[in-house]
Amino acid sequence: MSSAFLVLSAFLASAVEMVEALTIVLAAGVARGWRSSLTGLAAATVVLAAVVAALGPALTVIPLRGLRLVVGALLLVFGLQWLRKAILRASGFKALHDEDAIFATELDSARTAASVERAGLDWYGFTLSFKGVLLEGLEVAFIVLTFGSTQGSIPLAAAGAAGALVLVAGVGVAVRTPLSRVPENSMKFAVGIMLTTFGIFWAAEGAGAHWPGSDAALLGVLGFVCAISVALVAHLRGRRRALAAAGAEA
Amino acid sequence: MRYIAAFGRFWWSFVIGDDWRAAVGVAVAIGGTAILAAEGVTAWWLLPVAVAVVLYASLRRAISG
Repeated sequence: MSSAFLVLSAFLASAVEMVEALTIVLAAGVARGWRSSLTGLAAATVVLAAVVAALGPALTVIPLRGLRLVVGALLLVFGLQWLRKAILRASGFKALHDEDAIFATELDSARTAASVERAGLDWYGFTLSFKGVLLEGLEVAFIVLTFGSTQGSIPLAAAGAAGALVLVAGVGVAVRTPLSRVPENSMKFAVGIMLTTFGIFWAAEGAGAHWPGSDAALLGVLGFVCAISVALVAHLRGRRRALAAAGAEA
Repeated sequence: MRYIAAFGRFWWSFVIGDDWRAAVGVAVAIGGTAILAAEGVTAWWLLPVAVAVVLYASLRRAISG
């Protein structure tokens, strides 16, 4: 059960980040040329592979309880960031993530930037693509390494991420437009819930608590996090309506 | 030195984000769980309850700020 949950979490989190990276690579490619954009993509992929190759084996030698405590705490803090933004988006307090609008903004900036050539590449296009893929990719690497090492299977988490890569890259190459039809905001909500769920489960175990029902308790934690998230969205929507009504009366 | 500071800022922003109080709340809750567990008291319930409280407080700060 937890293996399927692990692969699904890694897949969803990776897919969301890869859709965002794809938007940046496309904007750099369309505005500044594909050679610079794809070289930036390749360079960032090499750096990310080096990070995973260096940290992956190092994490496996740390005792499991200490690893779960540290990773659980990190995932919980990291997951709460995602969940908080997702709840604010779902309740209307924060603008929804819009890949078409982000693509238009990136494209506009890329078209107006000065042209500087280094190593035979358009430097703006290269760095835009490199930074975009590296930053989004670091989140994927963080999730794959933490989920994989704590669950004792980095390859399984990596398989989830690889599945997302194949899907997003395949569709990206086929359509060559931002994947705005991907239900990105719902996926971000799901990822926030999963990160928070795993974070609670592992941090509590690492701190020495014992879950009733052992690994099966993960489903209970998932249900609890879903329930409070939905309740908070409903509460904030009501609050937003009240604020709007008060604003209209004033 | 400038690069070290930038590196630190990046990781702070990456993991902690824009609400450090939520991170402190999580750390306190994990510490409380460890203390209860060390005393032999059932401790699994503390972290889910604390997360609900921390998340609610963080959202309140976000919409009022």
